[in-house]
Amino acid sequence: MLTLAIETSCDETSCGVVKDGREVLSNIISSQIEIHREYGGVVPEIASRKHIEGIDVIIQEALDAAKVGFKDIDFISVTQGPGLVGALLVGLSSAKAIAYGLEIPIVGVNHIEGHICANYIQHKDLEPPFTCLIVSGGHSYLVDVLDYNDYKLYGRTRDDAAGEAFDKVARALGLPYPGGPQIDQLALEGDADAVDFPRVFLESDSYDFSFSGLKTSVLNYLNQLKQKNEEPNVADIAASFQKAVLDVMVEKSFRLAKENKRNKIVIAGGVAANKGLRKMMEQRGKDENVDILYPSIELCTDNAAMIGSAGYYNYINGKTSDFHMKVMPNLGFLE
Amino acid sequence: MIVLGLDTSTRMTTCAVMEDEILLGEFSLSLDMSHSEALVPMIEELMNNLDLKLSDMDGFAVSTGPGSFTGLRIGLATAKGFAHVTGKPIVGVSSLQVLADNMYGHSVVIPMMDARRDRVFTAIYTMENNQWETLLEPDAIEVENLIEMIHDSYEKVILVGDGATKYKKEFSDRLAGKALFAPGTLNLSRASSVCRLGMLRLQRGESDDMFTLAPDYLRDSQAQRMMNKKR
Ligand SMILES: [Zn+2]
Repeated sequence: MLTLAIETSCDETSCGVVKDGREVLSNIISSQIEIHREYGGVVPEIASRKHIEGIDVIIQEALDAAKVGFKDIDFISVTQGPGLVGALLVGLSSAKAIAYGLEIPIVGVNHIEGHICANYIQHKDLEPPFTCLIVSGGHSYLVDVLDYNDYKLYGRTRDDAAGEAFDKVARALGLPYPGGPQIDQLALEGDADAVDFPRVFLESDSYDFSFSGLKTSVLNYLNQLKQKNEEPNVADIAASFQKAVLDVMVEKSFRLAKENKRNKIVIAGGVAANKGLRKMMEQRGKDENVDILYPSIELCTDNAAMIGSAGYYNYINGKTSDFHMKVMPNLGFLE
Repeated sequence: MIVLGLDTSTRMTTCAVMEDEILLGEFSLSLDMSHSEALVPMIEELMNNLDLKLSDMDGFAVSTGPGSFTGLRIGLATAKGFAHVTGKPIVGVSSLQVLADNMYGHSVVIPMMDARRDRVFTAIYTMENNQWETLLEPDAIEVENLIEMIHDSYEKVILVGDGATKYKKEFSDRLAGKALFAPGTLNLSRASSVCRLGMLRLQRGESDDMFTLAPDYLRDSQAQRMMNKKR
């Protein structure tokens, strides 16, 4: 079963061909990061303009790289949300046109589920159930994956997503966009115990996250230094901030795994590329006999292959869409 | 030659199929919902009614702008997708000329769309030997300047489009007798005109590159404008 997958939720134009949800025949990712860096963040209108200029080129590259033609495609998978409305609309319009032209089904995919499924591509024998921590620029979720396409939500962010907090702190530290990877890199050189930033665990039984207080305390700390005319040690602050975020995420992930008696924790989303997170999870995993899995760096970023994988599991579960489907910029996950 | 045309540059979602000189069918709806929800289902219904398939088309015509940025992208992504899967040619046409085509046969026609901040996307066309000639290339112009231009250069003009409706008072006050307004029935974009104008291009052997065809926004994004100001 072959799907052509299209992902345009933010600033990556990506198309790919995926076989049976696991085997990636192609995964073309055209990043606009250089264009948006100049503006200090993603500009939605510019992102949409780049998507429409490039979409059919990327689709063709994906088919060519997979050595298949349109006639070989069984169904189309496309990101329905969440994401930037104008950006999503380009991918969805293109997907509908192709599905109608080929007279094949179309499957609207939740981008968050796509991030989880990136792990099915990476780890060929990974099967549910497992505990999954999903962290990206706009989202933080803690879920129990009961089966393919069957999830139970335990925690989500009450304010800023982790990735968002990373980006805002990075900006305050004067680091270029995107800030997450910059903080991760700097944290390697800094002392994570240099500054004692708060760990926000919320109620003792809660799996939810809250990062806005932590973000504020970093900003306050920087302000205090400024008033005292002291130069901030950027590496130490990055390391201390990152540790404060990761301590909470790691602790809650392991608590959930324990509650559901899972021996696997899977990390998904853009922040799954964070070296500090991977290392801390793996160390704790060794102590507690829990396997830690995450995708390659390329599969952590927004990409079409993960949408194709999620599309497949939706498709075989009978969850197809129709041509009336609309984009859902604020689509949550299991909310 | 059978051509499917579509236009999503304004509030109107419109699609049509034309065979040579004959319009086989046209659907137009002005909806609050996004073009993306309405467009492909509408095309599907039109084609089913006509018992035609996408592969029966000899080409696809689409309005490339100016107009709603998002609307233009929905139309282009759809038309490009059709051209891509069928391997048939795609032609872009100006959405202003599509509006002007409602006033086929008149001597000076000025289509316009509201571009906000007292500006309109406009162009000036005239008909010579059954063909549109361009007197003013599509541009975003201040209503005030357009009024002056008409006042100084033309005897009688026909104004068409939502820009004409929005600034009707300004135009009537300042151009008494000179400006005629298209009636509501002829004030909206029609995909049949997209087909007609697109087919003229196809018959001349012209087509656009499906891979690179992009909207003519006639306006940078706000972020680009601010960045340009800073420089
Ligand atoms: Zn993402």
